[in-house]
Amino acid sequence: MSGYWDPHMERMPLKELRTLQEDRLKSIVRYVYDHSAFYRQRFKSAGVEPGDIKSLSDVVKLPFTRKTDLRDNYPTGMFSLPRSEVVRYHVSSGTTGKPTVVGYTKGDIEAWTESLARALTSIGLGRDDVVQVGYGYGLFTGGLGLHYGAERIGAAVLPTSTGSTERQIELMQDLGSTAIACTPSYFLHMIEVAEKMGVSIRNDTQLKTGIFGAEPWSLETRKRIEDATGINAYDIYGTSEISGPLFTECREKNGIHVWGDMFLTEVLDPKTGEPVEDGERGELVFTTLHKFAMPLIRYKIGDLSVMESEPCECGRTHPRIMRILGRTDDMLIIRGINVFPSQVESVLMNIPEVGDHWEIIVDRKGPLDIMTVRVELTESGFSDKIADLMSLKKKISKELKGVLNIAADVDLVESGTIPRSMGKAKRVTDNRKV
Amino acid sequence: MAEIKQISLFVENRPGRMAKVSKTLSDADVNIRALTIAEAGDFGVIRMVVDDPERGYKVLKENGFTVSTTDVLAVEMKDTPGGLYEIVNTLGESGVNVDYAYAFVTTKAERAMLILRVDDLAKARAALSGKGVKIATKEEIQAI
Repeated sequence: MSGYWDPHMERMPLKELRTLQEDRLKSIVRYVYDHSAFYRQRFKSAGVEPGDIKSLSDVVKLPFTRKTDLRDNYPTGMFSLPRSEVVRYHVSSGTTGKPTVVGYTKGDIEAWTESLARALTSIGLGRDDVVQVGYGYGLFTGGLGLHYGAERIGAAVLPTSTGSTERQIELMQDLGSTAIACTPSYFLHMIEVAEKMGVSIRNDTQLKTGIFGAEPWSLETRKRIEDATGINAYDIYGTSEISGPLFTECREKNGIHVWGDMFLTEVLDPKTGEPVEDGERGELVFTTLHKFAMPLIRYKIGDLSVMESEPCECGRTHPRIMRILGRTDDMLIIRGINVFPSQVESVLMNIPEVGDHWEIIVDRKGPLDIMTVRVELTESGFSDKIADLMSLKKKISKELKGVLNIAADVDLVESGTIPRSMGKAKRVTDNRKV
Repeated sequence: MAEIKQISLFVENRPGRMAKVSKTLSDADVNIRALTIAEAGDFGVIRMVVDDPERGYKVLKENGFTVSTTDVLAVEMKDTPGGLYEIVNTLGESGVNVDYAYAFVTTKAERAMLILRVDDLAKARAALSGKGVKIATKEEIQAI
């Protein structure tokens, strides 16, 4: 039975939810002003005081917080509470700069866990499930986040973390994992390894549910995963700055429920900073309404999405964000045109002759950017007639151009040659020296 | 009649790939009778006729190659001027299209062997047999 974890909160009438958000917004603004030297200074420069925030719509008066603020104030300059109140740290990998540190009070961990307990319940998980957590445990939030969330709903957690793929598959069979949480690219790799071991995930395991995230993935990839294994694949969302993985789709698979009692979510036009209408694409901005060691005000998380404020078919009233369209950090500018790797993915995964693994290489030849998309050929896509392979290359190129508006070279490569990843897949190699 | 199974492989055009293919087959004691490479820039297709196609296919697949099998005809061709003409002309007159072909000479050879992939195997077989051209069997290829 798919019920609610916290029915009162999850189905709260919209008007009541807005009132709750308004109260919590006012309190958190007052709280950071009183507790955080960073925000006091930031509010002063913006000429805004806690008393100016009288309703939800006043949120636009508040200044933004950016990832660079977290880096500039490394390690704990963004914290609103002293170290004695902190019970845990998580640290981001810092691949694009200095790492960022996030601290949690006991209550912050509690709220994070509750958020995931609601989410996991909404996809039908409960006491009878065995949840294999294949996200990395440690400084990364994925492993521990899902771990606590799944324990909270009474499921049995199998904390495999990443790696040792063959062992993961053996344990999946032996302990009867019914759900798995990991990156979608790692799950695709698991399917491949299972096949080599002679194990069919569909027939030889109990797996029914996948919770996939930590990297953008397309609806086409969802279809591939579901067709290959018979499981239901759900999208999970969240980043370490706002706690970690927090939200998932429900069984309707029609948007990710972002809990309004915990977060105020805005979608803004990246150029003007003005709110966009429901259904229009924009930049996601989160204000943490119920997080106390390191609250964030209007945090520009760097993801593009579309919001839907109407209550969901499932009865939950909280706003939904549609599938993440791309991270602004991942965006490539090629010959002046914006390209998101997720667009490339959705084109490729729709072409049956193309395998599950692919990569983008960007080079500069003279003044010109050259984008090469390397794809593995599937066995069924392989024809021993050169003309067929050439026309397949042409077809992939043409479909990419149709979506991206720029030409891409396509390389067909042998299957198994593109590197597999255990965590977040590295899809792009940019060799341009800028 | 059992057709001759040709093995086709997708390979990237980079050093060592051919070596890997031939090592894999030799380790499995599979003997190559005839081989051709069609190359198209950064990749190519290796096509070959071997003495034991089932085993050859299996070991290549196990070693991660993208591999398929295709039914082809192996016909005996007089190793004299006009030998090839006789065969392709017969096929052409019967409306059979040749997708590709490659030839090899056997040690016993006063005759050469021509491997053909055609768009209509049955029609090709009938037309060639009608002209008295000898078509090799699987067993004959195995026994060369």
